This record gives sequence, structure tokens and C-alpha cells, in this order.
Amino acid sequence: MRKTMIESLLRGPLTEPPPPVDDTALAELAASVNNAARARLGRSLSIRHVDAGSCNGCELELHALSNAFYDLERFGLRFVASPRHADVLTVTGPVTVNMREALLRTYEAMPDPKWVVAIGGCAADGGLFAGGAAVVGGVKDVLPVDLTIRGCPPSPRQLLAGLLALLKV
Amino acid sequence: MMPTQTNLKVDGWLEAVDRLAAGRLTLLSLWADAPDVKMALLDETSGAVSIVGYHCRNGQYPSVGVKHPPAIRLERAIRDLHKLEAIGASDTRPWIKHTPAPYAFLPADGEALHQIAVGPVHAGIIEPGHFRFTANGEFLVRLEARLGYVHRGIEASMAGAPLDKAAMFAARASGDSTVAYGIAFALAAETALGIAAPPRAVFLRALMAELERLANHFGDIGAICNDASFSLMHAQCGILRELTLRAANDCFGHRLMMDIAVPGGVARDIAADGAAALRVLLAEVRRVFPQLIELYDNTASLQDRTVTTGIVKPEYARQFGAGGFVVRASARGVDARRLPGYAPYGDLRFDVPVLTAGDVNARVWIRIREVEQSLTLVEQIIAALPQGDLRIDLPVRGGEGLALTEAFRGDVLVWLRVGEDGRVARCHLRDASWFQWPLLETAVEGNIVADFPLCNKSFNCSYAGHDL
Ligand code: SF4
Repeated sequence: MRKTMIESLLRGPLTEPPPPVDDTALAELAASVNNAARARLGRSLSIRHVDAGSCNGCELELHALSNAFYDLERFGLRFVASPRHADVLTVTGPVTVNMREALLRTYEAMPDPKWVVAIGGCAADGGLFAGGAAVVGGVKDVLPVDLTIRGCPPSPRQLLAGLLALLKV
Repeated sequence: MMPTQTNLKVDGWLEAVDRLAAGRLTLLSLWADAPDVKMALLDETSGAVSIVGYHCRNGQYPSVGVKHPPAIRLERAIRDLHKLEAIGASDTRPWIKHTPAPYAFLPADGEALHQIAVGPVHAGIIEPGHFRFTANGEFLVRLEARLGYVHRGIEASMAGAPLDKAAMFAARASGDSTVAYGIAFALAAETALGIAAPPRAVFLRALMAELERLANHFGDIGAICNDASFSLMHAQCGILRELTLRAANDCFGHRLMMDIAVPGGVARDIAADGAAALRVLLAEVRRVFPQLIELYDNTASLQDRTVTTGIVKPEYARQFGAGGFVVRASARGVDARRLPGYAPYGDLRFDVPVLTAGDVNARVWIRIREVEQSLTLVEQIIAALPQGDLRIDLPVRGGEGLALTEAFRGDVLVWLRVGEDGRVARCHLRDASWFQWPLLETAVEGNIVADFPLCNKSFNCSYAGHDL
């Protein structure tokens, strides 16, 4: 183990500079976030994630945000285990009929102020699944959405650019 | 592949059920093609796959699950989604549908027993499902999974869709296996239409499939160690996973290589500098991975968690006819690339690693060995990549096809019937997880509650691929 650790120390960090903050995300947030909320947002944020019907592709890329290349936590953004600790709710997938209630309950368990980020084409508007009998639709059909990060799935860089906008409004 | 098809009367159907129960045939899947129900059966000695059908009377058919438990959840799903009833079934609770609520979990009575309910929303960034544990102090007496939360109605949405759109649904059954599903759907469609993809496309598909396997195995090995609180392995494996996805992106313009394996061939060629990017990847993995294996093998605190934890008994692996690393760690040496087999794997050299311990450790080791095999496969494929067309046009005609491919977690089955208009009449997808979830329930028995995440991660069953 010592060998591996020393080697990674000598190699220097793999962590890459952040992507530029997504301008459209900034504009979208500016429209939805009021001044009082802004003061709180510009610091570190705790994120709770709910898969409301995803194919798991979006989750794979959310996981990648924690690897050595993207290192999400250096920006003060971290995923937490309980909605009670969260400021931000990220949601993937078209919201299925079977997940609607669990999603609502998770949202309700979060303290105010809170923000919702819809991640992926499915979460944006139902994507390929829009109109299907087993889905309710996009996240906006169930919860107020503050920010949408599109892509199928969005790449870690796209995710990072969108999430960083949360800290910049 | 188009297996033999037989329509059976009651006697024949019951005879098939008896053969399944006796272990002479393996159940590949059971699905509704209303008003019929169909089973795909594998004879493991000859490798022959057959489909048998039964024409339901008044929406009823004789239960398979009552004698052969692996069929129970499939029958419950058929009842929920197609309203066909398995007569004689012992478990008639809904499965994919979540009405009527509440759900009646199986009882476990005893003085010292208590229940723990977890999910559908879990602590990490994972898929939703509910686990109901019954524990005696720290020890698990029973686990019952409740799934269906991510049911998006994929099979229903595919019906009536043109083949290229249906392929997109198949590619989103389970995002981590999007290539394996894409290939399986394409093969089923090509069989149905009586065509074959060009050789270059066949090799490129296999290349993507092995990259997908590598990326997932790296992710899994790291995540399992992380659940045993060994984050160094997680960080190192995360780097290898990221490098693999970046190489995939360099080659095919998409990190998960979604929507590239399509009916008729592949939607795009490998980038001009793709092979070079892959050689760099292979060199880096070969430099780092052996050190990680050594680290895994020499860390006593990690071994203490993984060895003898969550044992899958070989007889259950066999009975459930399951696939993937879960059963290859329990003495069952199946791999769809070999049996029934599909191109181009017949032209490539690779081993199918098998172990017998059946614990978390063995499931890690199978993945380690499979990483090594996939590296040589990638090497062989880029060396032998044929020139030529990428895709052929699809004729408009009807037909049926069945395909099995080996995703990183096990076999994916696609059965497809195309109408005369060239659109999907009915498509059935069956993820390896259908037969692995029940094995997880057996494997955790007698383990401590705190080891459940470790057991679960070592299975890494799909929720989305199961719920569809
Ligand atoms: S947006 Fe794409 S990757 Fe994300 S859940 Fe939907 S289908 Fe899967």
C-alpha cells in the first residue's frame, strides 16, 4: 500500500481545472433565485440525489464527479446521505409513477431554502419516455425546478459547469 | 439466432416445466406475447436454445413458478403488465405494479426478530429499490427485495415503434450496459429481418462491449473496496474507469457509447486516432492494475471483510440458471459469448474464469480476471479490425429473432417480433439481474447487517434493467 501511496504523491495531482461556468445555467438560476437565497448559495452546498426513474447512466456520470479528475468536493459541493442535511436536490430520470411519492417525500424532508436540479434529458422533460403510461413526465411536472442540466447523460464536465453555477449566482 | 419454436398444449407445457424443475433445461426467460405466453429454454449440454409457447385460455396458463421458483417474479410481472394469470401460482402479489398498496412482505416470526426497512431512496447515488430485512440482533435472517420503482414501461413503449427508435429504448434499459443491450437488440432485429451486420461493425461492437466491461469492472472493484472502507482502491480504480471512458469518448464520441450499436451495423466508425488512444489506455492499465491487485490481495483488513462474506451456493446459482460474475464465482462457468456464442467471439481467444468459493472475494477476483481477458480482447480486436461497410439498410419485412449477449454483469436476452410494416410488434428484454436478485437474498442470510452493502455491491444488480 505504501508503494501505491508514495507513487501517487510523486505523480502530482490528476485533478483538472474546472470548466467555465455554464452561462445558460447562470441565467436560468438568476431568474429563479431571489436575493436572500443568493447570500446562502454562494458558499458550500450539500446535495441529496434521487434517481426517480433513470437508466442509471446519469448516476454513473454523477459518480465520476468524485473521481480524481473532477474532485467535486474542492468546490464545496458534496453529496450527503440524508435529505435533512441537503440544500440541493438533484433528480434524474423521467419521474416514474412508482417513484413520484418517494421523490415528493424526499423533497419535503429537506429544510428551506432548497433548490432542485433536474439532471439529464429524461429529467428535463421525460426524454424518450415522455408521454408513456408508466411515467409522470419530467421533474418539473412534480417539483419546482431551478436548474436543468441536459445531456444523455450529461458528461461530468457539463455536470460540473452546471453545478458550479449554483455557487456563482 | 432463431431457435426452434413450438406451440404446446397443456401436457407439453407441463412437461417443459417438469424438465426445468429437474434441472434438465435452463429457463432463459418467460414472457407474454398476448394471448400467448412464451419461454426461452437452454439445453446446457448441447447449447441448443428453444422457444415454447402456450396459447392462454381465458387469459390463463399453468404456472411455471409453482414448480420452478426462478419463474415466480416473471409470472408476477406478466400478471401486472399483461393481465395473464398463472394458474396454481403460490405467490400472486403484484411485482412491477405498486398497486394495490400496502405490499405484504413475507412473514418471518420469532421472539427476537425485528425488521429493518430501507429504501426506495438510499443513502448513496444509487438506483431505487426497497429492502426489507429481518434480523436477529446483528444477523440477517431474511432479506426480501421490493422492486419496480424505476419501471418506465420500456417494452410497452417499444411496441409500434420503428426499429431505430426501439433500439434507443433498448439502449436505455440499463445505462451501464447500454452497449450490451444495443448489440442484443441489433442481433435480434437482424435475425428477424434475415440480415447480418458487416464484419467491421461486428468487430466494432465487440470492441465497445469490452470497453464497457472494463469500465464497469473498474468501477465495481473500487466500489466494493470502498464499501469495506478502503478508499484508496476506490480512488485508484476510479482513475482507471475515467481513463477508459475517455478513451471510449475519443474512439466513439460518447463516454458510454450509447446508440452506436444499431440494427444493421454501427452508427459511426471508430475515430481515426482511436486505436492509438486505446493502446495508450492498455499500456496505462497494464502498468497500474497489477499493483492494485497486489494491494487488494495484501490488505488483511480488506480480505477480512470480503472472504467468506455473502456466499452464493452453487446449487442455487445452477437452479436459477443465472449468469455473470455472481455465478462464475460459484462454480457455474457460463458466458453468453461462449454459449450460445455470437460473432466475433468465435474468432477471438479468451478464457472464462470460474471460481468456487462464492463469496464477495471470489466475485472481486472474477472481475479482476475478466479485466485481464478484456484487455487482450481489445488488443486482438484492434489488430484484426476488418475494413468495409459499417451498416446495411434494413429491409421492410416481418420476422422474429432472439439474441443473448454478455453484458458486464451477465447475460442480456432480447426477443423481438417485427411486424410486416417493419415496426416492433412485441419486444421482450430480460436482464441478468432477474435471476441474480433472488441469489442475493440467499447470500446475505446469516451475515451481519453491516455487511449487506458489501454483498449488494459485489452483486451490483441492475434496478433499471430489471424494472424496465
Ligand atoms: S438522460 Fe439518458 S442517461 Fe440519463 S437517465 Fe435518461 S436515458 Fe439515462
